[in-house]
Amino acid sequence: VTQARPALASRLPLARGIWLGGLLALAAIVAVFPLVFTNPTVSDFGVITLIFVAVTSAWNLFCGYSGYLSLGHAVFYGTGAYFLVVAAKDWNLTGSAVFLLLPLAGLVAAVIAVPLGLVALRVRRHTFVVITIAFFFIAQLSASNLGVTGGSSGLLVPVPGNWSAATYNNPFYYVAAILAGGAVLVSWLVRRSRFGLQLRAIRDDEDRAAGLGVRAMPVKLSALVLSAFITGMAGALWVYFIGEAFPQFVFDPLFDLAVVLMGFFGGLGTVAGPVLGAIVLEPTQLWLNLQESNGYTSDILFGALFLVVILFLPRGVIPTGAEYVVKARAWLQRRQSRQPAPAAGSTAEATASTAATGRTS
Amino acid sequence: MGSQIGQAIAAGILGGGVYALMAAGLTLVFGVLDIINVAQGILVVLGAYLSYVLSVHLHIDLLVGLLITIPSMFIIGLAIYWLFIRPLRGSERTSMTLLACFAVALIIEGVLYREFGSNYVSLNAWYVSDSVHIFGFYLADIYLIGFGLAVVSMALLYAILYQTTFGRAVRATMQNRVAAQLVGIDVNRVSALTFAIGTAVTAIGGMVYGAISGGFTPNSGYDLISRLLAIVILAGMGSVGGALAAAVFMTTVEALVDIWQPDWSVAVFYLAMVIILTFRPRGLFGRQAARAQ
Repeated sequence: VTQARPALASRLPLARGIWLGGLLALAAIVAVFPLVFTNPTVSDFGVITLIFVAVTSAWNLFCGYSGYLSLGHAVFYGTGAYFLVVAAKDWNLTGSAVFLLLPLAGLVAAVIAVPLGLVALRVRRHTFVVITIAFFFIAQLSASNLGVTGGSSGLLVPVPGNWSAATYNNPFYYVAAILAGGAVLVSWLVRRSRFGLQLRAIRDDEDRAAGLGVRAMPVKLSALVLSAFITGMAGALWVYFIGEAFPQFVFDPLFDLAVVLMGFFGGLGTVAGPVLGAIVLEPTQLWLNLQESNGYTSDILFGALFLVVILFLPRGVIPTGAEYVVKARAWLQRRQSRQPAPAAGSTAEATASTAATGRTS
Repeated sequence: MGSQIGQAIAAGILGGGVYALMAAGLTLVFGVLDIINVAQGILVVLGAYLSYVLSVHLHIDLLVGLLITIPSMFIIGLAIYWLFIRPLRGSERTSMTLLACFAVALIIEGVLYREFGSNYVSLNAWYVSDSVHIFGFYLADIYLIGFGLAVVSMALLYAILYQTTFGRAVRATMQNRVAAQLVGIDVNRVSALTFAIGTAVTAIGGMVYGAISGGFTPNSGYDLISRLLAIVILAGMGSVGGALAAAVFMTTVEALVDIWQPDWSVAVFYLAMVIILTFRPRGLFGRQAARAQ
């Protein structure tokens, strides 16, 4: 044990280097992706997946950290979407100018989140889940019946007419990439902050957290509003990309479920989990929809996948994976203590695992 | 106008009985297992489709068909419990079971779409098309039959809960799971049977719903579950008697609003739920506060 201490200290800068290198590599892959895969179907997948990276990170920022499970984030997604459609139409915006509406769309969703949060956050556990479902249905019903949303006949988004077909997806892709990167960054910053610590204290035991001086309601509400802001922007970008807004697709119960599944799959309350969940599951779902356009096959497979994740990976890929890494590291250390001179390869592996567990647990 | 209101109230009260039965299953499962079975809506639709298959393909009368559909739904409930609910443990069990139920609902919905498509179907029998003349207006017989069935089933449920050893075990488990285990109650068995009974009532609910709703699709599950959740929350989770009162109240108000604002009548459910939770988080008849962690 005494031998390991100086070794650990010398590893730390290396760990940070590997982590930074990995991030830069990921950023580079995301950046060149549409230049390599010019097929519009593939870049379609890219745009939607990045949007889901943003949404799932935002959802996790509230639900994963605070433990309040929301099945109503489609309310914020749809609110942002409808705001963009209506505002672009009223203010005669087309082309890239429409992207300027995204922060405003996020703001509208955030404003909506305040009264919803004030009501819903008074209750916990099941009742909270149920009340978010109720909000979802109210939103869907309103979208179908109000004049401003065009009712069930839907609305069309002004098409950016002068964009060339070959690179049509690229502006959407890069805006989505910025949004996704921003969402992950915010999620990481929150997790490291005092605010994030307060949220996780609420998740573990709200009454005790309150007893220790956490002002639960403002903390929960701020997290929800921040989450709604990002989700609203993502919804607005999504609807601009899709080009049409129908109540049953803008407020879609499957959307809520998809986001929850992605969060659970990757690992609730981690930074990397939602990203992994979105990157793995969203393209899979899109691909399944391409293969079987009948609708029900994706329902069945999606439900089955959900059950598999809940039953066998209840805490998600990232925490479960991190456990394995910790076990592997312990095993390596036991081997090292038997052999005084460790091989160079095993040190590098151990360093990588330190980085992985340090960042994700 | 007056007769319209009277008719709405009558239909609301009678229809409310059926919703109460479906909600009773939901609230019982919540009380014993601490689970919100969000699949209850689609299970009702599944029950309706079972009745549909029996009556259309095998020409079995809807009421006689219940003798087959109730045990079928009971077994389906047992299967769902053993396969997907029982294995879930740990601190996140509550939200996990909710998600598992949601996933089950999604699978059932997909299978129903696959088998029956998205066209509206409805259940038919002579007592669905015939109507009786009471209190100056006409009501389809099925409303009375459905209400009767609901009352009989609820009475049966009450008898089981308050007159049998099993019912005593159920109530003990509701009050304190650990203590119930300590006095020798097989909590797993009680949970499985409660879940199965909660599912079995959807056979009756589904049959009546299929007959009075004028048509249903696999998608109807969403509409149903949101109403049922509203009823259960309004009543207070775990309160069977409260579910009856809340269901009758809600369906009556909905039927009344429907006269003036047909597009928005469903919103009454959600609005009532939001208002109740804002001012009385435990529900009207709930013993246990919904905000308790």
